[in-house]
Amino acid sequence: MSIKTFDEINEKIKKGKAVVVTAEEMIDIVKEKGTKKASQEIDVVTTGTFGPMCSSGAFFNFGHSEPPTKIAKAWINDVPVFGGLAAVDVYVGATERSETKGIEYGGAHIIEDFVRGKSLRLKAISPWPTDCYPGKELETFFNKETVNEAYLFNPRNAYQNYAAATNSSPKTLYTYMGVLLPKFGNVTYCTSSQLSPLLNDPYYRTIGIGTRIFLGGGIGYVAWQGTQHNPVKDRNKKGIPLGPSGTLALIGDLKKMNHRFLRGSVFEGYGISLFVGVGIPIPILDEEMAKFTSISDKEIETVILDYSVPSRNRPVIKRVNYQELRSGSVEIEGEKVPTGSITSYLRSKEIAQILKEWIKKGKFLLTEPLEPLPLDTVFKPLEIIKGEEA
Amino acid sequence: MKKKVVLTFPPKIVTQPITYHLVKDFDLIINILRAQVEEGETGRLVLEVEGPKEQVEKGLKYLEERGVGIQAVARDINLNEEECIVCGVCVSVCPTHALSLNKKWELLFDKEKCILCEVCVKACPARVIEVAF
Repeated sequence: MSIKTFDEINEKIKKGKAVVVTAEEMIDIVKEKGTKKASQEIDVVTTGTFGPMCSSGAFFNFGHSEPPTKIAKAWINDVPVFGGLAAVDVYVGATERSETKGIEYGGAHIIEDFVRGKSLRLKAISPWPTDCYPGKELETFFNKETVNEAYLFNPRNAYQNYAAATNSSPKTLYTYMGVLLPKFGNVTYCTSSQLSPLLNDPYYRTIGIGTRIFLGGGIGYVAWQGTQHNPVKDRNKKGIPLGPSGTLALIGDLKKMNHRFLRGSVFEGYGISLFVGVGIPIPILDEEMAKFTSISDKEIETVILDYSVPSRNRPVIKRVNYQELRSGSVEIEGEKVPTGSITSYLRSKEIAQILKEWIKKGKFLLTEPLEPLPLDTVFKPLEIIKGEEA
Repeated sequence: MKKKVVLTFPPKIVTQPITYHLVKDFDLIINILRAQVEEGETGRLVLEVEGPKEQVEKGLKYLEERGVGIQAVARDINLNEEECIVCGVCVSVCPTHALSLNKKWELLFDKEKCILCEVCVKACPARVIEVAF
């Protein structure tokens, strides 16, 4: 039974009277006052995360050249971009790498440079000129001011928990979880844990399609459940999934974003990713939401996987909580192994703080989801089927 | 005193046992932290030298006379704090804990502990750590 509605909270926000705290601050508030009192006093809890989210990218529309030319095959700063859309739309995938610089520059860096206001070089060819698009090729420069639309559209962001990584083999491994040193030389993990959006609303009661969010320093929206959305993952007693589960597809105006919260990045020996800053406000509708948002690192658990096994089913080395991971070391086979975060906790906190200020100042209103995220979809593997069977 | 230095050996003296003389003639304790010597090219050595101040200075002067370039280690490391995204990837790969996160989750870089192994340079996703010899 709700004690507050989205509308009531928004009325308070408009009047500058809403009580807003970050997910980190909420832990102590609930500890001190209990869930009932906290749910009455607190209106909104803000979350934040800033980590590499490979399944990201952006759409650009350049306008038409003279003579009109279909941007069929295209490169931005030597990085191939997808032109298999209408004439002058392209999609820049974050992980695409430069044909001249390899993994040192890629789609994610294009997105960052664009946000920084830099000029970017567009090269396009039209192998099949038509009566309506007679041009065969073009080369030019563009920036924030010259393009029509530029919007981030990320198919999978803000993973609800993620497995930590280690390496039992005698060889250094280069992965999207960073450099994994030989013989359990380190453990890396990738979530803002107690500040993470979907870990503070584990059953997606308030986060759904249409939710307005902080995205890359600007405003964005939840467009859909993310790809590989897997809400049925095993959960602990607190309802926290024990590994990668729910995901979000996010959309937002790239022109209004800030490179502080959108950064191209390189993972040695692996490739390119985009650090995306995401902050989601959670309305404290009732006691249950106060309880969910008071979750702390100790109550959030994950597993450490051994990345030396080249299989989609990697062996679990052990189950740990984020208090242990964030302490700087965990014990594996009796040895202290240093841990390293990939998500920036400091900047995740900054995002939750900024979103809190926006809401307190009445600049940011909450949206009730148009549709909830599914709670029953399953993340299926890809089976290799031989030609004759297909 | 203890001093950490980067020595640059021009190709013509790369093959000479110069560090041996630091031990034998100047009675210094030396610890080779990193060596990079390729045939026909400049050699580089990251060295920790320990001994009485006077002896250390004499030893380094000897190296200079033999044509070895000397640089204090601290000058060779550059972490661009403004562009750093404070993720923490470097912390888990740093073998000497020169890079660490404090309780507020801010990145600390203790140059005294750095041995210039360059693991962090390659591991840094934002490419903000540079080691310039």
